[in-house]
Amino acid sequence: MTAPASIEDVERRLRERRYIGDRSLATSIFLSLKLEKPLFIEGEAGVGKTEAAKVMAEVLGARLIRLQCYEGIDLAHAVYEWNYPRQLLHIRLLGESEDRRTAEREIFSSEFLLRRPLLDAIDNDDAIPPVLLIDEIDRSDEEFEAFLLELLSDFQVSIPEIGTIKARQVPFVVITSNRTREVHDALKRRCLYHWIDYPDLDKEVEIVRARAPEAADGLAREVAALVQGLRGMDLYKVPGVAETLDWARSLAALGATRIDPTLVSATMGAALKYQEDLERVREQVPALVEKAQRASYPAKSEATP
Amino acid sequence: MISRGPRQADVDLLPRLGAFARLLHDAGLEAGPRRLTDATRALAFIDLKKHDDFRSALRTVFVSRKEDIPTFEAAFDIFWAPPDPRAAAGVMPGRGRSLPLPPERAQAWANALGLNTSQLNRERQDSEFVARSSGYSAQELLRHKDFEEMTWAETEQVRRLLEQAPWRVAERKTRRLRPARTGRIDLRRSARHAIRSSGELMTLFHRRPRVRRRPLVLICDVSGSMERYSRLLMIFAHAIARREDLEAFVFSTRLTRITRLLRHRDVDRALDSVSKSVHDFSGGTRIGDAIADFNRRWARRVLGHGAVVVIVSDGWDRGDPAQLSAELVHLRRSAHRLIWLNPLLGSEGYEPLTRGMAAALPFCDDFLAAHNLQALDDLGRLLAGLDSRSAR
Repeated sequence: MTAPASIEDVERRLRERRYIGDRSLATSIFLSLKLEKPLFIEGEAGVGKTEAAKVMAEVLGARLIRLQCYEGIDLAHAVYEWNYPRQLLHIRLLGESEDRRTAEREIFSSEFLLRRPLLDAIDNDDAIPPVLLIDEIDRSDEEFEAFLLELLSDFQVSIPEIGTIKARQVPFVVITSNRTREVHDALKRRCLYHWIDYPDLDKEVEIVRARAPEAADGLAREVAALVQGLRGMDLYKVPGVAETLDWARSLAALGATRIDPTLVSATMGAALKYQEDLERVREQVPALVEKAQRASYPAKSEATP
Repeated sequence: MISRGPRQADVDLLPRLGAFARLLHDAGLEAGPRRLTDATRALAFIDLKKHDDFRSALRTVFVSRKEDIPTFEAAFDIFWAPPDPRAAAGVMPGRGRSLPLPPERAQAWANALGLNTSQLNRERQDSEFVARSSGYSAQELLRHKDFEEMTWAETEQVRRLLEQAPWRVAERKTRRLRPARTGRIDLRRSARHAIRSSGELMTLFHRRPRVRRRPLVLICDVSGSMERYSRLLMIFAHAIARREDLEAFVFSTRLTRITRLLRHRDVDRALDSVSKSVHDFSGGTRIGDAIADFNRRWARRVLGHGAVVVIVSDGWDRGDPAQLSAELVHLRRSAHRLIWLNPLLGSEGYEPLTRGMAAALPFCDDFLAAHNLQALDDLGRLLAGLDSRSAR
């Protein structure tokens, strides 16, 4: 597949793969492809940051390489590790007689190398440069950030036993963060930045239709409106788009085609993840449902007395 | 023969883009040469006639955190607004001027940044207030002197003492492992060593979790009733910000994050920028609202890694005590330790009877004074001695 030729092209391709994004996201993606700079995507949990990277891989016809970050992630998990058990086995099989230097050269060859995502992303034979997703970088620590900074500036890795491996082709890098902590400016400076906001009602309905087609049209609209209402409330954890989709799917699985207070109360665990939030919302379910239905069918509500 | 194609437009655009970058830079965004280059390159790939794409392209290049988006949007609107008559007459804003904006737009820009004269006045009153009192300054006396009664010179001394304070925040185990003499066996290193010595596992290496200082989160009341202590508490915050991993917030009616402002080396400039960006210094107090705001907007971002939360307030609260309790319950659950500092606790015969204080007390791990240097030192010792496990 060829690289996108314009912003419209990116937009169209995202849409074809049922990713409903803003034009500004398409602009950021397009520019990061053109400028060959990593794209740093931030946003609240569940607004589709990771999904954006996955869809990009499809759009480009490239392989997706994903590195999930966590506290304490180190080079052995992110870049490479020697396969020590195999090396040990090999060296014992060789026995005493072999020439030590030949033996060492053998066991420190790429055959004994366990390739982790970052090495894979810069050293591969893919026809199309892969998409490297560095997911939830805010979970890693400063040491790892510093290493990434180095990697992203020259796309090379040095392995003492082998030498420096330089990327033949620069991968398309997407870094996501939930902002559980501030990522260092130096790293962000190397990237283009995009903030994904919660979608407005129409867009969210569109997303539900695209991603949870099992939900009936009316249901999709009402659930989206309901979640929009919840976002306006004073909650510890505001539901994201992922929660809207979960909720719509849950209700569809129960055979619902409309929402009502009983159904909503029974299933709102799909959207609200804190006990306090559930309590707070529970009292207001009837009012919220009514408001959501009014927002879904503005014309009808005027007709009914 | 020169066609008025896109190339021509680029040439016209460059100086304006430079001026725009300068405007962003003045507003505190990172808009150095590297970004300017990126912006120039980016514009070559988009259709400049599409206003929204133009805006998005500049945004994705110049902005790198959510907080900067509103500043960027304001700057964009003001700078790239349809040209005023003079621009049409050939005078481009930003050319041959020190300010990249014509006066009316500069005014609009200042308003957008929230700079106004009333704040400047308030600052001066603050400093007069502190300078008015007078007293003595022997070091030991200073340690026990109430901040409220200190002179400007004494405050300076306190600042120096705070900077030299011997304590550091306690450490916690992280999940990153380091080589050590004892601890879990490091198979990777042991195997590597074995390979070098012809395949025999002769030496076992070990590793243990690395330790790191706990992050400290300071949430400071700067409402009217705390006015006498605000300046010193800000100096205190500045002093610890220089050596600890500190996130600082102030509130009176609403919460403002001041972490970045405190990073200024110079304490006066740091405090200056704090008072410029906090719009409700010495206002009323709504502690519950402030903590609620913190819980929703900041807790997930700054309470990772076993953070210690210190709230400084006298507990005079005009808000709802039930709300305050509920929010503190939540806050305490996400923090390693919740410490409440109350300057009034130092005064004789004080009992925490204010509604706010009574509502808060059951949910705090520690309740300490904060009225003099000695009290802040006690806090320091507490922070330094925090166990790696929660005391609850």
